[in-house]
Amino acid sequence: MIWAVLHFPGSCDERDALHACEAHGDGAQLIWHESRDLDGVDGVVVPGGFSYGDYLRAGAIARFSPAMEAVAEAAAGGAPVLGICNGFQVLCEAGLLPGALLRNVELRFRCHQVDLVDERDGALLSIPAKHGEGRYYAPEAMLDDLEANGQIAYRYAEGHNSNGSARDIAGVTNERGNVLGLMPHPEHAVDPLTGSTDGLRVFDRLAQAVA
Amino acid sequence: MLIRPKEGILDPQGKAVERALPALGFEGIEQVHVGRMVELEAEDPERLGELCEKLLANPLIEDYEIQTL
Repeated sequence: MIWAVLHFPGSCDERDALHACEAHGDGAQLIWHESRDLDGVDGVVVPGGFSYGDYLRAGAIARFSPAMEAVAEAAAGGAPVLGICNGFQVLCEAGLLPGALLRNVELRFRCHQVDLVDERDGALLSIPAKHGEGRYYAPEAMLDDLEANGQIAYRYAEGHNSNGSARDIAGVTNERGNVLGLMPHPEHAVDPLTGSTDGLRVFDRLAQAVA
Repeated sequence: MLIRPKEGILDPQGKAVERALPALGFEGIEQVHVGRMVELEAEDPERLGELCEKLLANPLIEDYEIQTL
């Protein structure tokens, strides 16, 4: 699988995302936000950071970039799209994923290793999280629908939900399952050198979802 | 445009401000919510609602109000 990693002004995790995509797939390339060209690309990562300074709301301005128009088309065509942290916020703002990310409940930027539960099989993943606006929110009825449709991909394990996310939700998918967003950073957990390779399982999950 | 968190959504920023007030001698102030105000000049005010829906507010989490001066 060939991955594209979007690069906005203010992105800061695109290099690790590129490295993770290379470790997972058959190659990866950076796509500047002004480009619409996703030719030859099988999947897209929208990386973490502070796109366009996160002005107005996190992800609100990035969703209008030419690259995101191309991502929306690719997602509609069934391509796998992974949004990490700011990328998750962008995908929610773009309407490609349900819900929204709000300021952490204690208003602090939190940076620590978290345990996630894969909702498909209960497997535990140890992955770093670092964000100030990661409190997942959706209206109750929407949360019920997400649960019923199996769209909750990852939850924080007990004691690991430090941002106040509704129902401990760390990551969700769209209805079709080809778009996945999560606040923790799988791209920082792909090498034993940094303590965990569980992040690769997030990439695997998405690749399996579209196989 | 006045943009504020929707009623019922936890607003930790408002809570933090509210908690700071007694220490400054302001008693009896409750239900503090922090939003934002966007000022602009528009040739066609008719379209400002659409602008709020699409960009300035996120209708899932925020309410907005347009005041024309």
